[in-house]
Amino acid sequence: MIFRIIKKEELEKLFELLASGSRVIGPVETGHDRNSDPIYEFSEVSNFSEIRLDHTMTKLPAKKYFLPYKEDLAAFHMKGRDWDKSVDYHCDSPSVFFGLHACDINAFNRLDKVLLGSSYPMPYYAAKRKNMFIVGVDCVPGPYCFCRSMGADTALQGFDLFVTDLGKTYFIEILSDTAFNFLKRIKTSEPVEADHVRYMDIVSKKNMKFEAHVDTTDLTKILDMEFQSDIWKYWGDKCLACGTCANVCPTCYCYSVEETVSLDLQSAKKTRQLYSCNIIDFAEVSGGHNFRPERQTRLKYRYYHKHRGFVEAYEDSLCVGCGRCGEACLADITVPKVISSVRGGAV
Amino acid sequence: MAAARSFLGVPVYKPRVAFFELSSCEGCQLQLLNNEDTLPDFLSLVEVVNFREAMTGGTDDYEIAFVEGSVTRGDEIERLREVRGKAKTLVALGSCACFGGVNQLKNRFDPDWVKKEVYGDRQVESERAKPLEDIVTVDLRILGCPINKKEVEGIMVNLAIGKEIKTPKYPVCMECKANGNTCLFDLGEPCLGPITRAGCNSCCPNGRAGCWGCRGPAEDGNLAQMTVIMERYGFSKETIIDRLECFGGFSDYASQLRTIKLKNSS
Ligand code: SF4
Ligand code: SF4
Ligand code: SF4
Ligand code: SF4
Ligand code: SF4
Repeated sequence: MIFRIIKKEELEKLFELLASGSRVIGPVETGHDRNSDPIYEFSEVSNFSEIRLDHTMTKLPAKKYFLPYKEDLAAFHMKGRDWDKSVDYHCDSPSVFFGLHACDINAFNRLDKVLLGSSYPMPYYAAKRKNMFIVGVDCVPGPYCFCRSMGADTALQGFDLFVTDLGKTYFIEILSDTAFNFLKRIKTSEPVEADHVRYMDIVSKKNMKFEAHVDTTDLTKILDMEFQSDIWKYWGDKCLACGTCANVCPTCYCYSVEETVSLDLQSAKKTRQLYSCNIIDFAEVSGGHNFRPERQTRLKYRYYHKHRGFVEAYEDSLCVGCGRCGEACLADITVPKVISSVRGGAV
Repeated sequence: MAAARSFLGVPVYKPRVAFFELSSCEGCQLQLLNNEDTLPDFLSLVEVVNFREAMTGGTDDYEIAFVEGSVTRGDEIERLREVRGKAKTLVALGSCACFGGVNQLKNRFDPDWVKKEVYGDRQVESERAKPLEDIVTVDLRILGCPINKKEVEGIMVNLAIGKEIKTPKYPVCMECKANGNTCLFDLGEPCLGPITRAGCNSCCPNGRAGCWGCRGPAEDGNLAQMTVIMERYGFSKETIIDRLECFGGFSDYASQLRTIKLKNSS
């Protein structure tokens, strides 16, 4: 890793350079909630001043830009007795993600394992993922964040450069050639010992601010042992089976595919729609049999996929501890509460 | 009307369809005539033989009958039975036909008082508003107040090419999140999205208005938990019941709720 220091005003210059050739997606403030706290979301930005580098967790991840909720996979159009096929990966231009927290960068790294690294990579994801430039930004943990428990509080790979606010200057970690070349075009300096000290100080202060924790020690085994636990019924009774937890999750990738024929009967398309394992018909198969008709078995499945199955397959959890699902769940079902109840055998 | 259609070289089934209304605002039928862009294609998939709102005359020789509205009078019961007898397939069109709709709101009041409020001293027949299902067998339900034309277009295509007709089993929240909306509960407003069947593309939350459940319950909707959540967010029992009762899809649960004491109730 190469480190640099830049003056604060240089970051806007970097933004301008990046924005001149690509669309930029960054965290913006869209309003206030009922407690007057700001609401942030990822959106396309044209101006540096729109970006809120100090944002707390956005309600939704930047998912619509890399795993759209709905995406047409393929279509055909009849032309007399002939026909045309069209397949589009929906990636017309490179995208710059300006201001991703470490958890969201790690979400990419974990998605990559299954969507790029498996026997059948998903080209729709790959096209977008390979055309990204990622600028990470440091953050202050909020009440729902537990990324540190999930080993996702620092990003070691999967980004181009990472910005940490040292107060008067920015500390820049450079990971890619592209980032290195861009930084040549703005004013940077070598960090001195005092910068390193300041950086370490910020990191250790951040570590002390986490309020939410998940104990992952031996979790895969404990989940196996607690498969029949009554605790799942407790959470299943609360669950609305609304799918919100998967929809706000930066790493949930499940989908369904629907085929539709156009009203003039001249064309048809296959559309992928992101789905959620908590939804009633997630495990319904042809012929109508549903393998998981009860809410509790579906909710349990969510935890087993994220914290057991994925870990066994990829040596990492499919949860980065961003806390979004717990914050968004109207039934107040959060990962730290569920895991601790499973470990303790009681709520 | 356009010529018979084919799909992948195979001629498609072109059913003779008729549209009828009972007690309703006729808004659902009007929806069908909206969207002029696609209307010719839409009409080429079916042979409309009876549609009072769109044509004069009409015959009784139909295969599919779309019936809008709820049942509130004796003559409507007779008419509905007659339509059922003639149609191979009977489709309940819109929330009134499916659940009683807005009309059934009157069911919670004293019927004599309701009549007096609306009609004064005129003598009219107007009974409890009932969904079609209370009188006859319904083969297909098209939900919504009003119905969503796009959804009906999809249904018509599937009828023509013989593909299964599906409505989402999941709740409105799925569409709402896909549309990137901020949850109305975060903004301090109630919403029935978590228990209401999707298919409207989260129409109301997209416009920053909470869902009133016009499409009726999602499958496996957790009504008890929804009530707990509404209470936790500070909404009164009356607010919760008002929403649940509005279109009739949750009427059983709503009347059950009336008998339970909630924390916020006055
Ligand atoms: S856990 Fe919460 S967010 Fe997820 S489906 Fe259940 S109620 Fe919805
Ligand atoms: S499961 Fe929840 S906390 Fe974990 S990554 Fe997904 S949204 Fe974030
Ligand atoms: S199975 Fe459930 S938890 Fe796992 S990725 Fe799919 S939706 Fe997410
Ligand atoms: S606004 Fe309503 S539909 Fe949307 S997520 Fe919230 S509860 Fe669900
Ligand atoms: S959001 Fe609710 S009330 Fe609005 S159209 Fe959809 S189902 Fe009906």
